[in-house]
Amino acid sequence: MSVLLETELLTICFGGLTAVDQCCLSIEEGDLYGLIGPNGAGKTTVFNMLTGVYVPTSGSVKFRGRLISGRSPVEVARLGISRTFQNIRLFDELSVLENAMTGAHQHAKINLFDSLLRTSRHYREERRQRERAYELLQFMGLEERAGLPAKQLPYGHRRRLEIARALATEPRLICLDEPAAGMNTGEKAELSALIRRIRDELGVTVLLIEHDMKLVMGICEKIQVLDYGKTIALGPPKEIQNNPKVIEAYLGGD
Amino acid sequence: MHRTLALLVVGVSLAFGVDWFLGEFIEEYVVRIINLCGIAIILAVSLNVINGLCGQFSLGHAGFMAIGAYVSAYFTTTLRVLNTETGETIVRAPLFDGAWGFVPALLVGGAAAAAAGLIVGVPTLRLKGDYLAIATLGFGEIVIILLTNFDSVGAARGLPGLPNYASSFWILTFAWICVVGSVFLQRSTFGRALIAIRENELAAEVMGIRVARLKVMAFIYGAFFAGIAGGLLGHLLRTISPSTFGFMKSIEVVVMLVLGGLGSLTGAIVGAIVLTVLPEALRDVEQQAKLPGIRMVVYALVLILMMIFRPQGIFGQRELSLKLLRRVLPARLRGGDSETKP
Amino acid sequence: MLELLATVDSGGTSLAQALLQQVANGIAKGSVYALIAVGYTMVYGVLQLINFAHGEVYMLGAYFSYYPAKWMGYTTDPEDPSFVPAKVPLYVVGFLFVCSMACCALLGMLIERFAYRPLRNSSRLAALITAIGVSLLLQNGGIMLFKADPRGFPTLIEQSSVDLGLVALTNTKIIIVVVAAVMMAGLHLFVQKTRPGAAMRACSFDMRTARLMGVNVDGTIGLTFAIGSIMAAVAGVLVAMDQPTIDPLMGLMAGLKAFVAAVLGGIGSIPGAALGGLLLGVTESVVGTFSTTYAEAVAFVLLILVLLVKPSGLLGKSGREKV
Repeated sequence: MSVLLETELLTICFGGLTAVDQCCLSIEEGDLYGLIGPNGAGKTTVFNMLTGVYVPTSGSVKFRGRLISGRSPVEVARLGISRTFQNIRLFDELSVLENAMTGAHQHAKINLFDSLLRTSRHYREERRQRERAYELLQFMGLEERAGLPAKQLPYGHRRRLEIARALATEPRLICLDEPAAGMNTGEKAELSALIRRIRDELGVTVLLIEHDMKLVMGICEKIQVLDYGKTIALGPPKEIQNNPKVIEAYLGGD
Repeated sequence: MHRTLALLVVGVSLAFGVDWFLGEFIEEYVVRIINLCGIAIILAVSLNVINGLCGQFSLGHAGFMAIGAYVSAYFTTTLRVLNTETGETIVRAPLFDGAWGFVPALLVGGAAAAAAGLIVGVPTLRLKGDYLAIATLGFGEIVIILLTNFDSVGAARGLPGLPNYASSFWILTFAWICVVGSVFLQRSTFGRALIAIRENELAAEVMGIRVARLKVMAFIYGAFFAGIAGGLLGHLLRTISPSTFGFMKSIEVVVMLVLGGLGSLTGAIVGAIVLTVLPEALRDVEQQAKLPGIRMVVYALVLILMMIFRPQGIFGQRELSLKLLRRVLPARLRGGDSETKP
Repeated sequence: MLELLATVDSGGTSLAQALLQQVANGIAKGSVYALIAVGYTMVYGVLQLINFAHGEVYMLGAYFSYYPAKWMGYTTDPEDPSFVPAKVPLYVVGFLFVCSMACCALLGMLIERFAYRPLRNSSRLAALITAIGVSLLLQNGGIMLFKADPRGFPTLIEQSSVDLGLVALTNTKIIIVVVAAVMMAGLHLFVQKTRPGAAMRACSFDMRTARLMGVNVDGTIGLTFAIGSIMAAVAGVLVAMDQPTIDPLMGLMAGLKAFVAAVLGGIGSIPGAALGGLLLGVTESVVGTFSTTYAEAVAFVLLILVLLVKPSGLLGKSGREKV
């Protein structure tokens, strides 16, 4: 398997605080990769650097062999990395379907005048986006709510819609930031199955941040543990579960 | 495409019919108010693309109007420039003569305003919220001050003698084009992308939406139609001066949007009509009550009370549609029925 | 610059002298901007609201001293230019200032209570439109009550030119600079050293937490409006005394430019308002020596430049959105 995403000595400082310290990730195509760690370990900050939201202080991010650190979120998204947010960021005033359609916007090959003059290209593009978005809503089990404004969606469905929207960008890599946060056990089980299907059926590599150990251990094949911005362990779930450093970090030993 | 052409034909015929009807049966004063409403609709609907859809708070719409008005007037009007050295007045005939020169002149005015939109839109990309509002307000003021210094267009005295080209026909035609264009824009991948930017800019970026490009595009689109509206207004008033396009004018357009419900296209139209008719209606009240100045005081009070009691505007972000009417009206009727039927 | 100064020594009204003179005039003008800008900056700091009505408070500040003066018989008569008004005693001048300050403080608090407080939890835009509405209301109410034409302001202090060596200023301009400097310094001390000042800082830092910590938020916001309005009132009377005419539209441009000054200096910062005001006043005056009309554009060009380079203003702090 070829390496899809690779970071080298990725470091970022805010003022005097080193939030992420020399983080090295290596994600292969088709991985289901978990990034875990206690609160404030710097997981979301890693995501922000991968997706161009933050510019790393030093170190580099390579995606499909291309250097992407320092590029804008828009460019990174267009190269094929998509993500969800820990604090859900949907387009509340758009409908569920329209939210998913915005993900497909970046692949639109029409210009403004096509839409203003309603050329056949415009209608073709609308149909393409609607069909793609609807497929993904079906995939995430949201098709019955397609017409609802996103703000009226219940919490668990909001998280799913964010994933559907991210998938609509047709990414090679999807970064999920605590997708199961606030869900009950049943919802979590469904979500685990969905995440696995994203990789198996859609062929999208998954990078996952999650607090729920059971979920991460259940679906991820590789897990990397961060604590205070540093990588303290890396390996398959079995190894991680028995790693004394990890146990110490989670239990807060001195 | 054929749908667009059909809509254009419908719009032009409607405008033609209404123009004839107004000219034949309606008194001039009322026609004038209708014309002003048409121009206000263009302004409000075009600003809605910038402020309402894209969420970029612009207070410089009057600046774009001014550019459109002056540039189009430059092509249609006989200019008289005093040569300060010789003391002679140079008379320059209109560049585009006759009524058919009007549309090209308007389009050039719109294009000039659109270019200004590009010039404002690009550097202000990093600004948000109030800061953007203030920067665009500053842009509007700079346009006014520059115009005050151009002697060839009359400087502070203004430019008189614009030909009487802005008929109801042209005003309604352009209002139609602007409204239909904005509906088409709103209901397209670009419209959804603009709303996405408004709702959550970061999420829009992460979706690969070219935020910067779309923001500038919204500015250009809005500025183009503001320029057209400025040209129409100039040829309706027939005298333009920099003070016509002061920042109060920009605020007036923003108020139309907010009154109708920011982000709602039908709201913008209703807001434009209300805020054009209301001051005129109050003018009558003012004359009868013999209280000069009360008009603007009432206007201001309406504005404040409106914001306190219904800050989301008349329609909120909803659109006025038959569906909405059907939903609201029968509910009332059913409420009435339930009293009579046990 | 040295060469330019050298020409001053050689005497004559050289360019350098003219420029220096304009700098001095600009400082006086900037002091007024600074006094008004403080009101914008303080309100913005606490409520994130551009209080568009603030320019009108400044305008009314002038009228709130004009009418008491008139009732006491100190007035100029536009109908009769030969009428020489009685000399205004110093205690009356003091009374006029206090009267205007008190009225404006009350007005500012009333505006906050009835127009802005009901909107504290609604959108920023609604609050902004309300502020514009209040501004229109006061402006047009002013036109209705006071009539639109300018009025002569009574001569509070006989104007005379004071030679300050390199430059000469009228005594009224010197009073403007001195009073403004004292008031700004006093305000800075008040905000930094007193309990109510600390409450104001707490509110502008985080209103909800301030409330939880037992700060009387409503009272503090009222106080902020009162203080801002007092500063504007003083500016109004000072300008009226210097001009000496007043009209209901005098607050429009002055208010807008003072707001620009506040943004220049970094909105939310009191020293920033002072810096922004002086910077704007001086630049305007200096450009005015070359072109009076383009001087009007200076404020806005400066504004856009500063916003583009440092959107949070010269002394402002920039926040970062949490992702």
